[in-house]
Amino acid sequence: MSTGKEQVIYWLIRMVMYAIVMVIGYIIFDIVWHGLPALSWDFISQYPRKGGAEGGILPAIVGTLSLLVGTIAVSLPLGICSAIYLSEYAEQSRFTAMIRLAIITLAGVPSIVYGLFGLGFFVLLLNFGTSILAGCLTLACMILPTIIVSSEEALRAVPSGYRDASLALGATKWETIRTNVLPYSLSGIITGSILGIGRAAGETAPILLTVAAFYLPRLPNSIFDQVMALPYHLYILATQHPEADKVLPLQYATALVLLLLVLGLSLGAIFIRIHFRKKYRW
Amino acid sequence: MVETSLFPADTDHVITTRQVNFFYGAVQALFDITMDIPGRRVTAFIGPSGCGKSTFLRIFNRMNDTIAGTRLEGEVLINGEDIYQKSNNVVHLRRKVGMVFQKSNPFPKSIFDNVAYGPRIHGIKDKQQLAGIVEQSLMRSALWDEVKDRLETNALGLSGGQQQRLCIARALAVGPEILLMDEPASALDPKSTIRIEDLIGELRNDYTIVIVTHNMQQAARISDYTAFFYEGRLVEFNATKKIFTKPREKQTEDYITGRFG
Ligand SMILES: Nc1ncnc2c1ncn2[C@@H]1O[C@H](COP(=O)(O)OP(=O)(O)OP(=O)(O)O)[C@@H](O)[C@H]1O
Ligand SMILES: [Mg+2]
Repeated sequence: MSTGKEQVIYWLIRMVMYAIVMVIGYIIFDIVWHGLPALSWDFISQYPRKGGAEGGILPAIVGTLSLLVGTIAVSLPLGICSAIYLSEYAEQSRFTAMIRLAIITLAGVPSIVYGLFGLGFFVLLLNFGTSILAGCLTLACMILPTIIVSSEEALRAVPSGYRDASLALGATKWETIRTNVLPYSLSGIITGSILGIGRAAGETAPILLTVAAFYLPRLPNSIFDQVMALPYHLYILATQHPEADKVLPLQYATALVLLLLVLGLSLGAIFIRIHFRKKYRW
Repeated sequence: MVETSLFPADTDHVITTRQVNFFYGAVQALFDITMDIPGRRVTAFIGPSGCGKSTFLRIFNRMNDTIAGTRLEGEVLINGEDIYQKSNNVVHLRRKVGMVFQKSNPFPKSIFDNVAYGPRIHGIKDKQQLAGIVEQSLMRSALWDEVKDRLETNALGLSGGQQQRLCIARALAVGPEILLMDEPASALDPKSTIRIEDLIGELRNDYTIVIVTHNMQQAARISDYTAFFYEGRLVEFNATKKIFTKPREKQTEDYITGRFG
């Protein structure tokens, strides 16, 4: 009876999981299968030639990396500070409930909307021009909600007994947060942030309007430069290139590089996570 | 035999409250409590669940301040100083008034770092000095022999009773005069409970201890004075012997004899 039902649900859940793993596995296999032959040291260390039909993708790699670094530098401190404010300092009123709702809503806004916002606000109004700066700020806006929501959750998961014990020993509120709340929630905060950053690495729409160059075979000199970026380069090769068929292996190889980049980021995050988990087990 | 004073008067009073009312938002939890708690003695708070023992205890180190919407009327003096005066520094207050919680809450750090946490917060950096404080505090809380070889291991690896004694050591490490304990042994097995009680017995000469307990025998065993609370009011406060042999109030008698709804 109940155990039979339990079995059915168990197998259903298992099947769903297998299905998802298979789909993802196929995508990854397809990219690796077609991309690996075209992937070489030259491909990742050289400038593109002939509109991307030959040569490498160094500027796009450097572009995406610099966008990611900038985005992390802006969004992580801002997001964590907002989360700390919401979870530790703000009174739980109707106003903060509305702010929370707004943040969750923002997390679901399509990325092209962020792109348009970045174009209107950072590129034109603040006059940053189409630049790394404008692109990073736009991407940061896009992933801030994700970081705030997941960080706040991680902070709230820290048992209040730690806060009480620390305060009762004469620590100030900030000392308490810094030494006895934040360290224990870091693994959760990092997990959430990496989701956001992975999204920032792969999105085309927000950078399309704010930073990405169609074809710019050189490295950027300042944060006010345009750059090429991997997802946008991929999009160009796949849809805008006059000889789309000829550059197909290059498309796959570019996709593979992007995939490896995101994978590397996630692996890094997992290691940091394990480190903090080990250090503060609770 | 004539009982004259509601308040024991044979020692100096370290904690004094005058007409204290306390509110959680619009709900009043404590009513007009005036009380003098003697120094270097053990005072037990007893009373049925929800009568306000914890609330009253948490007034002495201003832990209720951390709950939004709470309000206090009246005066609370510690060593003659009004601790709810605006000018009073809550950090200094909590150095003087330590607290041990019902649910033991060691930080998920090493045993050493747990005990050294308070002193570090208060600016002690010298390694030797810290090590000295940690050793002394663990000795005082009768935990040293059990943990001296594994000070660097995570405190959460200790047993429940050891964790609670670690929390006591952690509180002692900042050098308090007063120790507030809110049912410190209620989550422990009988053997660990006895150890905590023994420990309180050893600390009684050097600290002013206020302990909340639901365990009548425990109050009778370890305390010099006992206060009985009922529905947010202080019903009776006297030497423990008197409370348990000759309570003045009918309510007190009913409670300690277990004739209570
Ligand atoms: N954070 C809070 N917010 C609102 N009301 C509270 C809060 N904490 C306690 N109260 C109320 O204040 C009254 C006294 O509670 P308190 O915790 O001081 O009782 P207690 O005597 O310690 O009880 P117990 O023996 O169960 O621990 C209770 O009616 C309780 O519901
Ligand atoms: Mg209580």
